[in-house]
Amino acid sequence: MTVISTHKDTENLTLTFVAEFAADVERVWQVWEDPRQLERWWGPPTWPATFVRHDFVEGGESRYYMTGPEGEKARGWWKTTAVQAPNTLEFDDGFAGEDGEPSGFLGTTHCVVKLEGTGATTRMTTRSSFESLEQLEEMLKMGMEEGMREAMGQIDGLLALEANA
Amino acid sequence: MVVHELSELEIDRIFQALADATRRDIIKQAMRREQSVSELAKHYRMSFAAVQKHVAVLEKASLITKEKRGREQIVHGNPEMLHRAAQLLDAYEDIWRQRANRIGEILLEPRKGTES
Repeated sequence: MTVISTHKDTENLTLTFVAEFAADVERVWQVWEDPRQLERWWGPPTWPATFVRHDFVEGGESRYYMTGPEGEKARGWWKTTAVQAPNTLEFDDGFAGEDGEPSGFLGTTHCVVKLEGTGATTRMTTRSSFESLEQLEEMLKMGMEEGMREAMGQIDGLLALEANA
Repeated sequence: MVVHELSELEIDRIFQALADATRRDIIKQAMRREQSVSELAKHYRMSFAAVQKHVAVLEKASLITKEKRGREQIVHGNPEMLHRAAQLLDAYEDIWRQRANRIGEILLEPRKGTES
């Protein structure tokens, strides 16, 4: 896996992430389509995801929960708004309540996924759009605090290096 | 070199302050040039008091600073704090990096279901 580029638009609250994989486009599509593969990478290792429903069709609904280190559950849902196998996928992602159903809490994140295959390699572009920074904060809080601290620590480390150079 | 870490409370304040479109716009205006609260208020279709409230939230999150000059309150942007807010957005990028890494690992596994 190679990260090609990332773009953060702080005003429109979008993150565009581009990575390349050494696999053909049909194979990469499977990691999104097959819930057993999807749940192996969607949640962080400390908060693994379980997809209890994954209707991977236009208008289809998915339901998942992530299990934290102390057994606590963070529930979420997807609504797939566009699917064109094996190249494009769009979905809304949001928080769900105790019953697993969409709670409306903090709105939705819209995600557009593009897979472009060139034989043996596939370029994957994901663009996530947030409604508010408050929403992004809650997402980061859901078991991702550790990752956040690490990322911040790395940046601080780099800044410190630059300052000392 | 000691690097100051943001506390949970500071992070909460930054994100809550930035969650509002008007407040994000106030920061942009204040970063462009320092100006008084009454000058700022002219940009928005809301009362002076409402703008002042937004300014207070931003000040509490240290995203802007306010200074009294004569009768006026002058508002400045605080680039250092904005830089820190950008760092929090970097954290989301890190999530995608980790996801892509895990996808990469799955793709390295031999394909299942192809054996006859």
